[in-house]
Amino acid sequence: MSDAPGELINGIGFSVNGRAIHSDEMPLQRLSEVLRKQGLTGTKVGCDAGDCGACTVLIDGEPACSCLVAIGQLEGSVVETVEGLAGPGEDGENLNALQQSFLQHGAAQCGICTPGMLMAATHLLRHNPTPDAQQVEDALGGVLCRCTGYRKIIDAVVNTASLRDVPGSPPSGAAIGARVQRLDGVAKVNGRDQFGADVIPTDALRLAVIRSPHHCADFIIGDTGQWLTDHGLDLVLTSVDIPGENRFGVIPPFADQPVFAEQRARFRGEAIAAVVGSAEAIARLDAETFPVQWTVLDPHLLPDQALLDGAMPVHAGRPDNVLVRGLVQRGDIESGLQQSRFSRRGSFSTPFIEHAYIEPEAGCAVVVDDTIEIHTCTQTAGMTREELAGILGMPEENIRVRPTSVGGGFGSKLDLSLQPYLCLAALKLGLPVAAVYSRRESMQSTTKRHPSQIDLHIACDANGKLTAIDFNGIFNTGAYASWGPTVANRVPIHASGPFYIPNYRARSTAVHTHTAPAGAFRGFGVPQAAIALESLLDRLADDAGIDRLQFRLNNALDNHQPTVTGQIFASGVGIKACLSTLQEAWVAAGERCAVFNENSTRYRKGRGVATCWYGCGNTSLPNPSTIKIAVNQQGQVVLHQGAIDIGQGANTVVAQIAADTLGVALSELRLVDADTAVTPDAGKTSASRQTFVSGNAALLAARSLRQLILREVNASDRSVVVMSAGTITIKDADQTHVLTLTDRPADSEGYVFCAVEQYNPPTTELDANGQGSPYAQYGYGAQLIELTVDVELGTVKLDRLTTAHDVGIAINPQLVEGQIEGGATQGIGMALMEDFVPGVAENLHDYLIPTIGDIPSFEHHIVEVADAVGPYGAKGLGEHVLIPTAPAILNAIRDATGAEVNHLPATPDKVLAALRQLS
Amino acid sequence: MPLSYVRPLQLGAALDLLRNNRWTILAGGTDFYPALQGQRPSTPVLDITALSDLGKVATTPDGVRIGALATWTDVVRAGLPAAFDALKLAAVEVGSVQIQNRATVAGNLCNASPAADGVPPLLCLDAQVELMSHRGTRQLPLGDYILGNRRTQLAEDELLSAIVIPRAASTGSSAFRKLGARRYLVISIAMVAVRLVLSNDNRIESISIAVGSCSEVATRLTTAETSLQGQQAETGVEQLLQAQHLAALQPIDDIRAPAGYRQEAALQLLRRTVADAVVAAKTAGATT
Repeated sequence: MSDAPGELINGIGFSVNGRAIHSDEMPLQRLSEVLRKQGLTGTKVGCDAGDCGACTVLIDGEPACSCLVAIGQLEGSVVETVEGLAGPGEDGENLNALQQSFLQHGAAQCGICTPGMLMAATHLLRHNPTPDAQQVEDALGGVLCRCTGYRKIIDAVVNTASLRDVPGSPPSGAAIGARVQRLDGVAKVNGRDQFGADVIPTDALRLAVIRSPHHCADFIIGDTGQWLTDHGLDLVLTSVDIPGENRFGVIPPFADQPVFAEQRARFRGEAIAAVVGSAEAIARLDAETFPVQWTVLDPHLLPDQALLDGAMPVHAGRPDNVLVRGLVQRGDIESGLQQSRFSRRGSFSTPFIEHAYIEPEAGCAVVVDDTIEIHTCTQTAGMTREELAGILGMPEENIRVRPTSVGGGFGSKLDLSLQPYLCLAALKLGLPVAAVYSRRESMQSTTKRHPSQIDLHIACDANGKLTAIDFNGIFNTGAYASWGPTVANRVPIHASGPFYIPNYRARSTAVHTHTAPAGAFRGFGVPQAAIALESLLDRLADDAGIDRLQFRLNNALDNHQPTVTGQIFASGVGIKACLSTLQEAWVAAGERCAVFNENSTRYRKGRGVATCWYGCGNTSLPNPSTIKIAVNQQGQVVLHQGAIDIGQGANTVVAQIAADTLGVALSELRLVDADTAVTPDAGKTSASRQTFVSGNAALLAARSLRQLILREVNASDRSVVVMSAGTITIKDADQTHVLTLTDRPADSEGYVFCAVEQYNPPTTELDANGQGSPYAQYGYGAQLIELTVDVELGTVKLDRLTTAHDVGIAINPQLVEGQIEGGATQGIGMALMEDFVPGVAENLHDYLIPTIGDIPSFEHHIVEVADAVGPYGAKGLGEHVLIPTAPAILNAIRDATGAEVNHLPATPDKVLAALRQLS
Repeated sequence: MPLSYVRPLQLGAALDLLRNNRWTILAGGTDFYPALQGQRPSTPVLDITALSDLGKVATTPDGVRIGALATWTDVVRAGLPAAFDALKLAAVEVGSVQIQNRATVAGNLCNASPAADGVPPLLCLDAQVELMSHRGTRQLPLGDYILGNRRTQLAEDELLSAIVIPRAASTGSSAFRKLGARRYLVISIAMVAVRLVLSNDNRIESISIAVGSCSEVATRLTTAETSLQGQQAETGVEQLLQAQHLAALQPIDDIRAPAGYRQEAALQLLRRTVADAVVAAKTAGATT
């Protein structure tokens, strides 16, 4: 017993949510683990170190991180968890005022931090029912959220005491444009939502991954047989255990990542083996005892090292350690630059950025007859299945991907993580096998935002018209391809920003190094490019003597003007509308700064503006979505909605589109979530494509279903359709038809009427110069930040962010605001603090993301310039929102002080160093 | 076979256990669990949280005793005099409310990180640490107790039973500032604590200054103190402080900031904290 986590003496008695618990768990067990074993999975574990606060519970009325509390200390204590917040009733739907306020304000997105936020807020409100924003920030400062940008959480808590009645669900025909609460929201505030770690059966075997502690090393695995026995484990898996291909990757032609490294590990944290045993055996395991011999090699951690002549190749067959290059060019760049009146050059860099979703990767694989089922948090069901089929050597029909709720993704949960290991183990043993990544292994092994080194040269004529942009970006793509090709392709298309540029050349290079693979992260490289462009635009505008916002307006792309790929939109180009919308706030901000700065030397205020544009959907590649909608014999409308909601709101937005198109009330839809066995493939939740692409598929499917129904009684399209139990009533101009459903034949799923439709955005391939129509639509935006710089310490405080994003039409304005605030907050982190250093910042106290105290106030202008092909004119938004924030902040720092920070993050030391350079 | 976990009720029993075995001592758990990195503890664990004799915050004729079980929240709520304001300001910057509710001040000194938030204010309070063992009890100045980065004078059979602030040091006003790269949940780049006592003629009669996160161990800056001693406590007095007064600091480069920045920021932070303390002292003077 001496190796157990604490010797049990008499058991421990405490209460949870008023229920007495007598725990026979070991006294050193963390309270979070014990609660979760009791089925109270509403308490989430994000870091196991007190860094994220997701596991906050109340102990004797005081908030505590339950991951840091030994249950041995709880004798006689009173513990309260999120499950205890709702009023009486078995279903947890009798929400209290705070929970309702969270839903009304859109304070929960993915929902993984929500229990922690709610418990911290519960404590505050007990002692202070009407707190102000500052008091809320102080009380909730210990809980990290990566989705919301915090402001709606603050509003929800501040307004709990004065909460008005929840507005009812919109009537038929009024869903689009309504501030509808998330349809999946209740489970996010009562602790019942099921994330990756919440679906693991208590008796499942557990899997642990053996990882390389070295950035680059050759290895030989020793005798694992005896080691397994010594450690009481059931199974070890290495590369030889893979029935299919030991290779995966999100872009099949570039797939290069082994499930288990063979002979050489190419980054710190790369898997070389996995072991399986009982939960106890895995908890006891010290992975460092695994029998393996390492020969450590000198790694390339930076592109500069990998690009040196004669540098060791990361992969055979990828000369010069270059994965791929991208190019877009138009006009004559050389003469464009030479003949211009003003020009500016600059070199910029950004580091690795970690997604830092609060939910680490988790899942469970189960064999059911001839099928392997994987329950896991993922941004894509279909692609996960395709990749698993290749690895497992099994047909896709025998693989069922059942996505759980996703506690944040932002791009990284597109790639496989632990799914192959779990499936391999479950298939070998015939038993359920589960795993939850630790924060450290999540940060070590999953994808990051590409670090960038950008050289930029831009020019304008004497009137301030942009004449030329020459962009050259080197992106550290890490050890494996992941989304490196996408970044290399997207960046040259977007590096012009939403401006008309007659002479343009943008080159990108994705370079392999011995670091974690860089992959997809909200914007696919475009945010990095925007930092360079928007910084130089300000400097160029100053040279030309033109107001910085006006300079952008003068150069903004318009309808009928070619983009840098030569694509011409006849309508829907919204950047001018966005910039014009900001003009009033821009002037007011300038005045506020001037007044303040007149009397201040230590603190200087500044304003900064930046823009974005972003193509929605895959670049020049098919990316169809399919949606199914049906009516069963009971008269229920069932929406098979496979667009995975990672917090952004697809479950709600797609349903809003379907409801209005079909002509029924939103509340009448029954939702079936993503599951490869029951929902058609709605593609990946990436590329800001779900509202646009899956939204269009939903529109087409709902329209088809409506036509099926109307055709049945030969009614006109103006008819009103009313669903009721077992019947559909169709009211045409002067006739009413009643369709009885109960006596109609139903298909194998019980549906009387069923429509399945696909939408694939129309794009064309790009030619050798990157010319063509890579996207069917772009979304546009601009953001204005006001901030205060402490010129003695180099610290930056954000005062106000005013946004203008063109979404075509806002299907759900509350969700639009949620995306803007959350994306902008990630941009804030990128600008001011985030810096993932492999081997160093593998936790959430060395890797800093913004807390509730680091955000500005927000003011939003939702701009609606209808898109020609979006559903009801809607455009994508998810990634756009992050792009302008960081450059706007850098521009405002320069406006306030003159300091030019070109290398992110703009931590206090870098801001101060830039200030010193001025004098 | 040694017990792997024990939570004794009697102090004597705990000291006996410490005499016979090597233990990891557990109190608030906020450093204990993160340090495990998901592994089981390699030594048996002695949980001291049931040793009520250790106590929380108490004012005695000799001064203030912060018992080993006192959490940061206990310190904030204890109604301590203004000399402790720096400690209280540090308390509300330790991690988060969740951490402050569990983590003990004593644990902060046992962990002995260069960025331990409690050390600068306690140095300004001339704090002594009380170490108990079966051999008896000893007290030593906090500055002597911490030897280096996570190294202290705590012997294997000893327990840090209390932090004792002598009555003579519980006087005056104090201030604290912490500089980090974000607002909450942050490990400091630099931090400064200042305690000062004003004379009747509004001069700085005595002043204690300590800086943390800028050397292996937080340190008192005696040259800075000397430079301010006897000065009129007026706005701007902090400008007397110059870079040379911080020569004792030996900051390092790490992920939070480069050494050069730390050195520079410490001076600015120091000036501001002195200014805060002067304002606090004059406000207190005006109201008494």
